[in-house]
Amino acid sequence: MLTKDAAIAANRFGLGARPGDARSIGSDAKGWLTGQLEHPPSSAPAGAPESARVLAEVRDLRVARQVAAQARANLVRPPDSNAPATPPGIDQQAIREFGSFVRERYVAQTAERHRLAIETDRPFVERLVHFWSNHFAVSADKQPLAALAGLYEQEAIRPHVTGNFYDLLLSVERHPAMILYLDNQASMGASSQAATLVRRNRGGALGLNENLAREILELHTLGVDGGYTQADVTEFAKVLTGWSIGGALGEGRPALARLGGDLGKPGEFHFRAPMHEPGDKTILSKRYREHGADEGEDVLRTLALHPKTASHLATKLARHFVADEPPAKLVERMANAYLKSEGELTSVYRTLIEADESWREPVAKFKTPHDFAISAYRLLGFTPDNLQPVTAFLTQAGQRPYAPGSPAGWPDTAANWNGGDALLKRIEFATAAGRRVGNNLNPTTRAGEVLGALGEHTTMSIRGAESGAQAFALLLASPEFQRR
Amino acid sequence: MTTRRSVLAGGATLTLLAPFARLSAAPNADSRFVLVILRGGLDGLAAVPPYAEPAYAQLRGSLALAKPGTQDGALDLDGTFGLHPALENLHAMYRAHEALVLHAAATPYRERSHFDAQNVLEDGGTTPNASGGGWLNRALAALASAGDSREAIALADSVPLVLRGELAVTSWAPSQMPETDDDTLARVRRLYEAADPELAASLNGALEAREIAGDAGDARMGGGRGGQAIAPLASAAARFLSSADGPRIAVLDANGWDTHANQGGAQGTLAQRLRGLDLGLQMLKTELGAHWLQTSVLVVTEFGRTAAVNGTRGTDHGTAGCAFLCGGAVAGGRVVADWPGLAARDLHEGRDLRATTDLRALFKGVLHERFGVSESALARTVFPSSDSVEPLDGLSA
Repeated sequence: MLTKDAAIAANRFGLGARPGDARSIGSDAKGWLTGQLEHPPSSAPAGAPESARVLAEVRDLRVARQVAAQARANLVRPPDSNAPATPPGIDQQAIREFGSFVRERYVAQTAERHRLAIETDRPFVERLVHFWSNHFAVSADKQPLAALAGLYEQEAIRPHVTGNFYDLLLSVERHPAMILYLDNQASMGASSQAATLVRRNRGGALGLNENLAREILELHTLGVDGGYTQADVTEFAKVLTGWSIGGALGEGRPALARLGGDLGKPGEFHFRAPMHEPGDKTILSKRYREHGADEGEDVLRTLALHPKTASHLATKLARHFVADEPPAKLVERMANAYLKSEGELTSVYRTLIEADESWREPVAKFKTPHDFAISAYRLLGFTPDNLQPVTAFLTQAGQRPYAPGSPAGWPDTAANWNGGDALLKRIEFATAAGRRVGNNLNPTTRAGEVLGALGEHTTMSIRGAESGAQAFALLLASPEFQRR
Repeated sequence: MTTRRSVLAGGATLTLLAPFARLSAAPNADSRFVLVILRGGLDGLAAVPPYAEPAYAQLRGSLALAKPGTQDGALDLDGTFGLHPALENLHAMYRAHEALVLHAAATPYRERSHFDAQNVLEDGGTTPNASGGGWLNRALAALASAGDSREAIALADSVPLVLRGELAVTSWAPSQMPETDDDTLARVRRLYEAADPELAASLNGALEAREIAGDAGDARMGGGRGGQAIAPLASAAARFLSSADGPRIAVLDANGWDTHANQGGAQGTLAQRLRGLDLGLQMLKTELGAHWLQTSVLVVTEFGRTAAVNGTRGTDHGTAGCAFLCGGAVAGGRVVADWPGLAARDLHEGRDLRATTDLRALFKGVLHERFGVSESALARTVFPSSDSVEPLDGLSA
């Protein structure tokens, strides 16, 4: 039987206990959590990251699509005039190939994510990976992010979740997935060499894209009430001009391609100097010297150490782990730990773990569909060979993996997840999972091993079930399993 | 013992075990076997009402089925027993001598826990967890050691205990997420209402919405939204058993038989479940085509239910119940029962239909006659220490 503290450690801070976790947690629940922070969950990949290879293929496929579309548009219509005309510029075959390329990668990456979550011995760290991945959300519903989102998490987030926030921030904002998602790859300063060239040759104007700059301020660092103005956003966008991706720009349009200057490494972060807005910039009353690519790093460093960032991050972390309305005192202590350590994330996590507020009952958090599904498999103690049903369930329950649909990520309060239909979906998932284990396991014993003591109503409900399958369905549907 | 062996109202004599000295069909490689486990405890007195017994209507009150020939009446079997009116296809099989009804049967288990009762049913011993494996797996092992390498499949997400053991057995299930059966949903609802008002409100809202949307759209084959649909699993089983190199034994199970409240009579919750079962059996027959002639389908449950209706128009966990054996290979058209009677003094512990036939006798009979599992293997390894349980014989056409 799990002790109360062990159950809280495994469920509130982890992804749900697995059978046998009582032993590994032992009597020191806090120590079990802090012990998980001692090593980074992975190191940054050596050599060219996988995302660069995928991006190179994406670009090849897009070029192929355009060439094919052009060829088709130039063809005479087939003699059978009843045949529907192919809309010009669209090549169905190339679109299908592109779609299946992206889909295959998405399926593989989501399966890997589910597998890691179900099997990890460091569930607190995995929760942190998911938390930061959501904090720095990209969304798979924008192409070609579906083929990149999982790689982005592995490459930009995972290596840094137990490090310094600045390193995490920098690695995220430089990652091609984020640059593509927030449209910075072609953002150029009005006075940059590239923009000047465009004006002269085409008469049109290309310029700033503020998206990345705004979201960094609003979502990634200071928070929406962080005290910045539109002028700060614009200035920051200028700082970030040139933050782009290596390889030919414009997918075969030579004029545009020339604007980018040096091609860089295809599919990797690349600073395109000709697109960078020259001159000094001022953000939040602080002046940054013209410094090319390093300007952006300077601004990010300042933002990372800003008190508003500290309280924004502390609030989100406390809301994620402790309560939808996190205790103000706890948030304050976490923010102080952040500032005192100059952004060392483990220092914030330790404050969270040590806080009395973090171990209180009754449980205050409602699991997301994702954590519900993952913890169900952990409870049952097996990883399905085919993880597609997990993704299918999450899609139905409104949490399609890597696809929050907005750079703000998934919401983190119960009201967003406990709606009736989603609840029915959970019960259906619970029923299916229960049937999967059938009558092979003892539900009462297993409940004690992964949840600790259950309330009397749940205990009675499980005891009265008509089959082991139904008992597990009831256990997985129970309030004790939905909340933490 | 006269009370046990005699006689229902009208003095009809009982069909005793193995009355026919018919020569059983020789076991052969084409024999097929489907085991259907109804989890939750099928009410044998509702599925096979002993309508001629005076105590029946008294005990059952509003749940009692009318006599054959009246509106919503039972479908007559032999002038004494009937079938629930939802079991139309099974009744047709019975009349075609393709279905045999066993009554007052149970495993050796005499407590009333679903888990333990199912465990004994599938394990094949006399107490829960006696061997840790299933009797059908051990039967396959016995066949394998005699050079017969036929295989089995579970139509389920996981392999049920009856098929687990030394031999690896595969399983198959439709991959889409099935809808939750009404019974499980009702239990979750009660749990939320007792323990978590917020979740209860949320769930109730969703259920109301679903009600308004209607369940015509998501009604499934085999009895609508109620219960796990058997028909799709039966259809899949038929496909597997029909394929040239496929398995020859299939196990499928269905939840939703734990009818503690509002189980209904000729219509209602249980009737809907039975209709689903009936459709599943018919689907097996139809889709097996010519293979039906070599097929035996055995339908069992872990225990029967209380003889009397309870306070919530349902029945509680009991002891003996019924089982069905149907298929082209079955010597059917008979009710096989050593009928104990329903008078108060005849009930087990004053409440349940008494068990007079050990289900293992039925299992042994099928395995011996259809697959040629030797009696010594049956008595020693398949059902350990079961020498005293004689296989039923004369089961096969």
